Amino acid sequence: MSKKILVVGGGLAGTIVANGLCRHIGKELRNGKAQITMLGTSEQHLYQPALLFVPFGLAGEEDLFRNQRKLLNRYITYHVDPAKHIDAENKKVTTESGKVLDYDYLILATGSRIMPQTIPGMEEGALWFYDLDGARKMRTALQAFKGGKIIINVNAPHKCPVAPLEITFMLYDYLTKRGLIDKTEITYTYPIGRLHALEPVAHWCKPEMDKKGIKYETFFNAESVDPAKKTITSMEGITLDYDMLITIPPHSGMDVVDNSNLGKGGWATTDPKSLLHTEHDSIFVIGDTTNIPISKAGSTAHFETEVVIANITSMIQEGCWSRYYDGKVFCFVETGMDEGTYVWFDYENPPNPGPPSQMIHWLKLTYNRLYWLSARGLL
Amino acid sequence: MSERKTIDARGSFCPGPLMELIAGIKLAEVGEELEILSGDRGSAEDIPAWIAKVGHEYIKTDKIDDYWSIIVKKTK
Ligand SMILES: Cc1cc2nc3c(=O)[nH]c(=O)nc-3n(C[C@H](O)[C@H](O)[C@H](O)COP(=O)(O)OP(=O)(O)OC[C@H]3O[C@@H](n4cnc5c(N)ncnc54)[C@H](O)[C@@H]3O)c2cc1C
Repeated sequence: MSKKILVVGGGLAGTIVANGLCRHIGKELRNGKAQITMLGTSEQHLYQPALLFVPFGLAGEEDLFRNQRKLLNRYITYHVDPAKHIDAENKKVTTESGKVLDYDYLILATGSRIMPQTIPGMEEGALWFYDLDGARKMRTALQAFKGGKIIINVNAPHKCPVAPLEITFMLYDYLTKRGLIDKTEITYTYPIGRLHALEPVAHWCKPEMDKKGIKYETFFNAESVDPAKKTITSMEGITLDYDMLITIPPHSGMDVVDNSNLGKGGWATTDPKSLLHTEHDSIFVIGDTTNIPISKAGSTAHFETEVVIANITSMIQEGCWSRYYDGKVFCFVETGMDEGTYVWFDYENPPNPGPPSQMIHWLKLTYNRLYWLSARGLL
Repeated sequence: MSERKTIDARGSFCPGPLMELIAGIKLAEVGEELEILSGDRGSAEDIPAWIAKVGHEYIKTDKIDDYWSIIVKKTK
């Protein structure tokens, strides 16, 4: 009997896992012993990290998009038809168009999304770069900016823990180059009691911000925005006024997770080591949509795909389990327009960033290009 | 009373226990209790400090083996 693998979500994790599986179970796919189907929402694949560069006019269509079908191995059947409901008991998925697909292994990789609408006034009063429309609006607003108070407001939970810092330092460089930095006050707000979730990154960035005159406010979780008065108020009772509010809105996962009773807030309950859904052993969960308490980042998703590829391959070929996820995360951190650093850590080993250098900045830029190879399963 | 939800944030260097709790509280109902498990001393101090700032109810902290259990009630 052919083993049916169904990948729900054609973003970073879904694409890497599906292409990676094709390389490992190529023989089974050719002789009909296995088949891979993917459900997605679009013909286009968006490379989200490039959104960081859009507000500064440094990323265009070529950096952001590829045709999803062209990225996928020819053995993958791709449907632009989102999953509406997952019936985990009977191993069936119903799509938006009404198709019903059954599976032996389901890989849930529906990612996360920004929810500015959950904070009163935020949609009207704030700018963001976490989706393409937002990043383009922010570019327009920055081009018209003549100086004033900018607040960079970070909310929990959010994906890509380094992007808030990167945007802050890149914005500083951008305003310096435009000769506006002396007319601008930047304030960075962060949900917890230090400037970054990663302790060594927090230690490193505090003096960097002090040196640059960037102000900060910790223990700040947005409760409401008043677009008319141009103020933002935190749950902790602090109100700040702004001329430009840039936010990293709180995130949630996708409705299909809650609608299928697989988790809450779109976060699917996932075993941190096996990456199986805690109640269903034919469902693997990877990428942003897990409820594992680690960074929601492309690199997390990438390391998780390696574990899922190994385990599905091993189960199909040898009927046994292969390996567990150790919580590995690796992140590049852009520390300005021309410099970068990196950090890595796992469940056991705390993070330790290296000193910033221009080489790491170039490596990150190179990775932005290499991503498309990585998504094809070639890296 | 609804069942108490546990957020196991041991081994979480990023985003870390407090950020997990903030995310968890946003999804909880008013009146619900949450237990957060944390492997680092810093969070065992930060979490009660944050709860006091926001005005939720801090119930207790227990040190168990090499980790902390902190219980909070969402009040608003
Ligand atoms: C501005 C920005 C900068 C970033 N920078 C970095 C970085 O430098 N380094 C890094 O490691 N990470 C970075 N990230 C984070 C990274 O992009 C995400 O963590 C990563 O994309 C997660 O992969 P995923 O597959 O879980 O989710 P996604 O890549 O978001 O993919 C999920 C896919 O599922 C689809 N989907 C949703 N619902 C359904 C459904 N019901 N049925 C079918 N399909 C569905 C979505 O349309 C989407 O295509 C950045 C993100 C942003 C926004």
